Amino acid sequence: MASIKQNLADQPLPDFRNAGVMLRILLGVNLLALLAALVQSEGLSDSLQHFVDLAAWVQPVLLFNLALLALLGKLLQRPAVWIGRALVLLLAAGSAGLVSEFWLFLTFDQGGWQPLVRAALFGGMAAAFMLSYLALRAAALSPALAEARLQSLTARIRPHFLFNSLNAVISLIRLDPRRAETALEELAELFRALLRDPRELVPLADEIALCRQYLDLEKLRLGERLQIEWELGDPPLGLEVPLLLLQPLLENAVYHGIEPSAAGGTIRISLLRRGQELHVELANPSPAGVDHSRGNHMALANIRERLALYYDLEARLEAGELTLVDGRREYRVRIILPCRDRSP
Amino acid sequence: MTSTPASPALSVLIVDDEAPARARLRDLLADLAGELPNQVIAEAENGLLALAALEDHPVDVALVDIRMPRMDGIELARHLAQLEGAPAVIFVTAFDAYAVQAFELNAVDYLLKPVRLQRLLAALHKLRQSRSLTPAQLAQLQQSARSHLSCHERGRLLLVPVVEILYLKADLKYVTARTREREYLLDESLTQLEQEFGQQFIRLHRSALAAREAIVGFEKSGPEDAEPQWQALLRDIPERLPVSRRQWPLLRSYARQLGS
Repeated sequence: MASIKQNLADQPLPDFRNAGVMLRILLGVNLLALLAALVQSEGLSDSLQHFVDLAAWVQPVLLFNLALLALLGKLLQRPAVWIGRALVLLLAAGSAGLVSEFWLFLTFDQGGWQPLVRAALFGGMAAAFMLSYLALRAAALSPALAEARLQSLTARIRPHFLFNSLNAVISLIRLDPRRAETALEELAELFRALLRDPRELVPLADEIALCRQYLDLEKLRLGERLQIEWELGDPPLGLEVPLLLLQPLLENAVYHGIEPSAAGGTIRISLLRRGQELHVELANPSPAGVDHSRGNHMALANIRERLALYYDLEARLEAGELTLVDGRREYRVRIILPCRDRSP
Repeated sequence: MTSTPASPALSVLIVDDEAPARARLRDLLADLAGELPNQVIAEAENGLLALAALEDHPVDVALVDIRMPRMDGIELARHLAQLEGAPAVIFVTAFDAYAVQAFELNAVDYLLKPVRLQRLLAALHKLRQSRSLTPAQLAQLQQSARSHLSCHERGRLLLVPVVEILYLKADLKYVTARTREREYLLDESLTQLEQEFGQQFIRLHRSALAAREAIVGFEKSGPEDAEPQWQALLRDIPERLPVSRRQWPLLRSYARQLGS
């Protein structure tokens, strides 16, 4: 089971194929180079000259390393974490040394072994610095998850839903015992998912199945008031996604969009693959006089945090209300995920 | 079937938007019939339909869910509080921490879903001596503005949908609500109405609130040389409402917002 519930020491290597990680490394190393230039120089304009000199070999080394790490990304995840880290450090130090040697060769400089070691040290230390920063960042985002887990039962499933569903099931026992059985099974499945560690990843197909069970239960209570439209455009069913990525959003949609309306409405869910991205869109009617923001924030903030942790900058979550052509108002949430397989 | 004097069955109205929840209460009441003769006279899906049902079928007790579309349980109780010979209200809720706290605080009986047979029986038995919330307490419990205002007319309860009200005007003791068709006398204070419906209504002068969406424009009146007196034009009615000098700056900026 893929998960990210580690301490800082065994925090896995960052996903080097992630654009956000690349960007952070690019900016971080350049900041280090700027710092080095500032330390070396005496004046401000002087430091700029130093930085340009330094950049001449920092940039090629950096780009070479990023490209190599992206290619090796999967291989590096395979051995123990400390071996992976050591390999990254060796790679950075080695390539920094080599490029500096090559540079000296081009400029006919004879520096001996000292510049080479200096360059290797700079490369290795920069890599160590970036690795610790990324590990710290991942760890900093994790407490939010631990907290979310503590609050799970009240924050992620509304007690309102739980007790109303139990009430509905009880009313079914005399009328339709078989339906009552199914409903209790669905409720059990839902609670099993809710009690799991929120940091786990599950196949998209499982999350969709969970959503269907949840909606089935809501349909029991709300009957014809709740209409569902699924649009599945070849979604990657095997893709691993954060647990409970969609269900809390559906619960919001039912609570804010369907329950306050006597006539009910339709919730539309679409999962479409667009190139290398998965586009998930949820839309529900927004009845007049209903404040969507209250209580909605918690679920959205929680999902947003988990997306930042798993995908860094590569996933997006947008939410907002808009007015349709016929004057009705609709609330939409859209999540865009990279379709890449993340498992090592 | 109506209850005969020989069997003074307790007449009950069930108000809940979820069909299974109504079915459950019906089943429980049927189970109780031996111990406590009762009869479910009507069922309603929300407060508005409950009031309509009560017109034709007065009952002894109403079992009322709190969270319902169109008109919630608290608002229903507020309208019922104005009615003479209104049924006793027992709130039934799945989970409503805020309301439950208020019930506990005021020793008002309530039921939690899923409702248990013994608990329902106890609540119905002590119906006579149980307390109910005062209108002020109910008003405090209501977290959103009411959907309707109510007024008494010849012993009947008239409901005025808030969206249809063009303006509210205070005269001496009463507040008048004007809709396109007619006027209604309300037993409320303009200040409280302004607090509750500040989103929908805007103050024109000391004794008048106009529905924001009903204002179509403003017009200058009065003699040319004197300081201008502004009047608000409302849709659907020829009447114009004066705007006080104090409120004019606020309304002018509101009018600009509309224009832009």
